[in-house]
Amino acid sequence: IQEVVGKARAAFYSGRCRALEFRIQQLKALERMVKEKESEILAAIEADLHKCRHKAFIFEMVSVLEELALAIGRQTSWAAPQPVKRNLMTMRAETYTCFEPLGVVLITGTWNYPFLTVMQPLVGAIAAGNAVVVKPSEISENTAKLIADILPQYLDQELYPVVTGGVPETTELLKQRFDHILYTGNSAVGKIVMAAAAKHLTPVTLELGGKSPCYIDSDCDLAVACRRITWGKYMNCGQTCIAPDYILCHPSIQSQVVENIKATLQEFYGADVKSSPDYERIINKHHFKRILGLLEGQKIAHGGETDEASCFIAPTILTDVSPESKVMEEEIFGPVLPIVPVKSVEEAIEFINLREKPLALYVFSNKKELIRKVMLETSSGGVTVNDVLIQYGVLSLPFGGVGNSGMGACHGKHSFETFSHRRSCLVKDLKMEILNFYRYPPSSQKKVDFIKFAVFKQLNKSQMALVILALLGIVAAVVIK
Amino acid sequence: HPYAGLVSHLRTSWLSGRTRPMEYRVAQLEALGRFLDDKKEEILEATASDMGKPCFEAFFSEILLCKNELHQTLNNLGQWMKDEHVGKNLVTQLDSAFIRKDPYGVVLIIGPWNYPVHLLLVPLIGAIAAGNCVIVKPSEISKNTERLMAESLSCYLDNDCYAVVTGGVQETTKLLENKFDFIFFTGSPAVGRVVMSAAARHLTPVTLELGGKNPCYVSDSCHVQNAARRLAWGRFFNAGQTCIAPDYVLCSLEMQEKLMPALREAIAEFFGPNPRESPDFGRMVGDKQFRRVRALLSSGRVATPGGVQEMSPTVLADVLPSDPVMQEEIFGPILPIVVVANMDEAIDFINARPRPLAIYAFSSDSKVVNQVLERTSSGGFCGNDTLMHFTLTSLPFGGIGNSGLGKYHGKFTFDTFSHQRGCLHRNMGLEALNSPRYPPYSQQKMGLVTATFEIKRRGMCTIL
Repeated sequence: IQEVVGKARAAFYSGRCRALEFRIQQLKALERMVKEKESEILAAIEADLHKCRHKAFIFEMVSVLEELALAIGRQTSWAAPQPVKRNLMTMRAETYTCFEPLGVVLITGTWNYPFLTVMQPLVGAIAAGNAVVVKPSEISENTAKLIADILPQYLDQELYPVVTGGVPETTELLKQRFDHILYTGNSAVGKIVMAAAAKHLTPVTLELGGKSPCYIDSDCDLAVACRRITWGKYMNCGQTCIAPDYILCHPSIQSQVVENIKATLQEFYGADVKSSPDYERIINKHHFKRILGLLEGQKIAHGGETDEASCFIAPTILTDVSPESKVMEEEIFGPVLPIVPVKSVEEAIEFINLREKPLALYVFSNKKELIRKVMLETSSGGVTVNDVLIQYGVLSLPFGGVGNSGMGACHGKHSFETFSHRRSCLVKDLKMEILNFYRYPPSSQKKVDFIKFAVFKQLNKSQMALVILALLGIVAAVVIK
Repeated sequence: HPYAGLVSHLRTSWLSGRTRPMEYRVAQLEALGRFLDDKKEEILEATASDMGKPCFEAFFSEILLCKNELHQTLNNLGQWMKDEHVGKNLVTQLDSAFIRKDPYGVVLIIGPWNYPVHLLLVPLIGAIAAGNCVIVKPSEISKNTERLMAESLSCYLDNDCYAVVTGGVQETTKLLENKFDFIFFTGSPAVGRVVMSAAARHLTPVTLELGGKNPCYVSDSCHVQNAARRLAWGRFFNAGQTCIAPDYVLCSLEMQEKLMPALREAIAEFFGPNPRESPDFGRMVGDKQFRRVRALLSSGRVATPGGVQEMSPTVLADVLPSDPVMQEEIFGPILPIVVVANMDEAIDFINARPRPLAIYAFSSDSKVVNQVLERTSSGGFCGNDTLMHFTLTSLPFGGIGNSGLGKYHGKFTFDTFSHQRGCLHRNMGLEALNSPRYPPYSQQKMGLVTATFEIKRRGMCTIL
């Protein structure tokens, strides 16, 4: 692993990935890989998660293709130097910022969207001109193996190596020095990653998780709300970091919510969910048992059927869930939807604020004022009103957590900026030294007065022109005299 | 847990929502402005006591630049606080998508001793502007300024939302055991690591403004006297105790011979024949720093008149990379010159070392300046001058690698102390448009998605 990272660093220092043409060429190669190897990729995801190819395409590959199209199209403008406003002291200088690569970046993916969580940030990291060490999750082993196999066939092998393996390999990786680490996973490991990064002063982006609350106001189109929630909750068998984790609603609408969800489940997966090709499975026995444990002592309003052999857990709804129960302590990451009754939006907000800040927060309501209040009085990675999950596809929105749900953001231009260093540049010439008189010792009242004027007047172009004109006038007057 | 009560008190204030309204933030910022006006003399006196900071320097860096940031913030706060609407995709065309700037909550700012007011207040301005509750921890090394801040700030700011904590390493360690929602640290890389490790325990995001050895390349073609003047100014400001001071010079043997008299002339121009008696030359902050810097003097050969006088501006020539003065950030009034054959060797020298906070290049040939810029990496870059990029609030100020992570100044401070929250507000109607995303998935649906995706590929938006 030390050798692989060392080679990537040497390749970065060779300077070849700084050139914009090179980066675009690599991104286009990645695009070709995604298109040419489509069926292999979908097959791997299907093997790992029992996810049907249609879904895998829509929910894993489309976002990657989108990011690629965006990066290829916009990269030149993103990487262009950005001029900034000057003040009087710097008016003769060129002042701008430029986005520069950080160096060697580590991206660790996770198993629930094994292709997406590795590829999507990779696009941004390549576009920003870095070398990237890619570490797919070993739990989704088919996808990991495939990525390790196909990526070197299309991309520069030294600059973008793939490292596979489990905890020992990851631990070894984290001992190396990187210039940025992007980790997608859970908070406990997030702390370990950040602590390892601290030893090298490596900046990190942590895409973690938590319990994303979903508040349903009595005043809303309940049928539509429940359909959207059902879609988001049971997609990928609940194994989505931004899935609505639990519902908060008034007890009077609880049974209606249950009925609506049941009806939607019927519509989506038919009467026999187990035989629907569109319903996934839990990733492995460990998580299967964990989720099963959360059902203990709960009132199951719907579902609850399981089959250990195939890691199948039916879409399940729990009602009248107590805030102290186990299912309300950890991120469920499974097809179990607890409903916690609350008497008012104030109670819901208090409930949410007593817990760690979530990655996503959902509100369903027709009332503008209620929505405004929930947004103002809570904190979360992101907020989506009247729908779920869909914020992920709006690449202009920064996607990331806050507090326990993470730090930093990705998607679209945000990824590019995450993986870049924004370097400030101020370039002058060596002439007109007289203009610097005010700052050199020995000091005097005249100099103090000048500096007061110089610092507080930030001039725009026309004002600057006037001042220069005035100065020229003075100079001309002196010369003529 | 000695500070748990304080942090908890601030957190309660935070949860009450008091620091959120713009009027409140403006009032606190204006109070900070009054602090800078009312306590101007006290600030100049305290920094003079702490490190002999010359009046002009103290006025410029501790008062003027802070007020500049304050005015900029007050003038633009309304704009900065606004929701930032972003581009939408096909499916969300009828919706509202924006980035909301949320305060983090209770934040901690740890300041250093070299610009004890500025480096505490400028981040504080951004933290208040962003709507947070703040604990500030001034450096115990600049003890007069520390006392001033501890005693005065509480008279100007809301004590339920902003607090000053004083103390040394032990107190800071205890303070760092608490959970903060953001930590802003200015200081050395070694302590930066400690702060980030403490932050990792609570998954607290950080900005670390650290340091390093800032190289300054002087090419053979340049106006030597002007370069020397700008270089000397940057090096000897605050007696060299500046994180972005040019730490060492790289130039050819020929240029070294020209630079030495030019630097001597600039030093004489600034500080007269006896710099230690000039009111415009600072002092080392304490004995420990003094002794540390003095030990670095056994390097190269001394090129300043009168030999080595206790901490007067000193230029060392023919310095070797292995000399003591080249092993650590100097943070004192010593300017070593290391001879290199040419620009390529200078660039290699720079790139073989940890990335610095600033890189400087002097040349009348703009191509040379650009080459140094393009072939190196640093927090910031200044061509043909020193320090000035720090004074422009529209430029983000921060390091890379060992010199730090994150950035601030102007709007960047506000952004640093804000969580950029992605918000999407959808319509409950038009549910029919959502049907392609719902199971059961048929070949037909797939066809519809791919077709729409193809259309969108050209326009770059998505159906999802």
